[in-house]
Amino acid sequence: MVEKLIFLFFDVVMCAGLLWLAWRMLTTTDLFMAVVLFISFGLLMSLAWIRLNAPDVALAEASLGSGVTGALFLATLGRMQPLPAFHDFFSQKTNGVVVLLSLMITMTLSWILFSVPDGLDGLRTEALSSLPDSGVSSPVTAVLLNFRGYDTLLELVVLLTAAIGVWALGNELPTPESKPPQFLFIAVRMLIPLIFIVASYLLWIGSSKPGGAFQGGAVLAAAGILWLLAGLKLNRLCKLLYWRILLVIGPIIFSCMALIFLISNKSLLTYPAKSVGSWILLIEAGAFVSITITLIALFMGGKPNNL
Amino acid sequence: MNSIFFTITGVCLIGLGFSAIFKDIHNLHRILALNIFGSGIFLLLVSLAYRGPDKIADPVPHALVLTGIVVAVASTALALTLMVRLTRSTSDINKEEQK
Repeated sequence: MVEKLIFLFFDVVMCAGLLWLAWRMLTTTDLFMAVVLFISFGLLMSLAWIRLNAPDVALAEASLGSGVTGALFLATLGRMQPLPAFHDFFSQKTNGVVVLLSLMITMTLSWILFSVPDGLDGLRTEALSSLPDSGVSSPVTAVLLNFRGYDTLLELVVLLTAAIGVWALGNELPTPESKPPQFLFIAVRMLIPLIFIVASYLLWIGSSKPGGAFQGGAVLAAAGILWLLAGLKLNRLCKLLYWRILLVIGPIIFSCMALIFLISNKSLLTYPAKSVGSWILLIEAGAFVSITITLIALFMGGKPNNL
Repeated sequence: MNSIFFTITGVCLIGLGFSAIFKDIHNLHRILALNIFGSGIFLLLVSLAYRGPDKIADPVPHALVLTGIVVAVASTALALTLMVRLTRSTSDINKEEQK
């Protein structure tokens, strides 16, 4: 009973905290503060995912939603210095139509949510009962790569499209001229092997426990971002041609699999029953490489120079 | 059921994010608002998938939200790059006008 009350209190405080952070983020006049609040918002969100029994989502939120996105926002702020003057939240009149629309959306959503009858199970029973045939034992990975493989294939294409879009806008943007502190070099040397192990572990464990290609790829991309922040050059890592190959290898492996299975099994992304686990691992490995490289490319904000 | 708080928070975040996207504020704030809007939708989906503390939740909304987070990162990155290019080109124009 006491335990229940403590958890109830925790949930209420967390929800209030989320709303407060979101409100402060939008109304503050200091953009740097807004970005820092966004990162804390992401971390609080990952706690909320844990409370909602969604550890896969929590890992993705902490690494991608808060980590990589936060780094992207900070890099953008650095590239926009000095900031021109801008309107803040309160100096602008809110348009009545927008308020009306926003209220309508909120009301309609609440009405729909409260009219959902209790005791519905969604697709949970179906998903869990076909889990033994999916080749993996983690339900979320089974849905991502087997039951709803289309989503993941198109998601990889979306990532690739974003990278192409960023490259099409021009060359890599120079970050502000400042000498990176010495400890970053030491941190890079010590952290990159560790990050590599964690990322590979997340990829491997994805078939049975929370984790997978997206979380692992985001963690490995953090290593690349650290490398760039330490002022090290990427041509020490690879040439532009290899870079391009690595960007597309995930979507290509996935689409080739889809085509092969379409010809042999007469339906898209239906894996052969015996070797399904290994196919999923192969697709995940390809996706892992492409996600890592795509996220690093997105961080650079343009096509890399001097490769 | 505890997940009701998260559902309500999700709905509020959607409303807050939506009303800020269309305001004439700094583009960085608008991109943040877009992310808040997205987080609200994710919170809604995952709280509907919740089946109690001891039961496995519905994995289908979880997979959808995972996909959604990745797409949100990709679109945020593209939007941020566009914003930087826009700021740079307008500040170049302003400099030339001053000359």
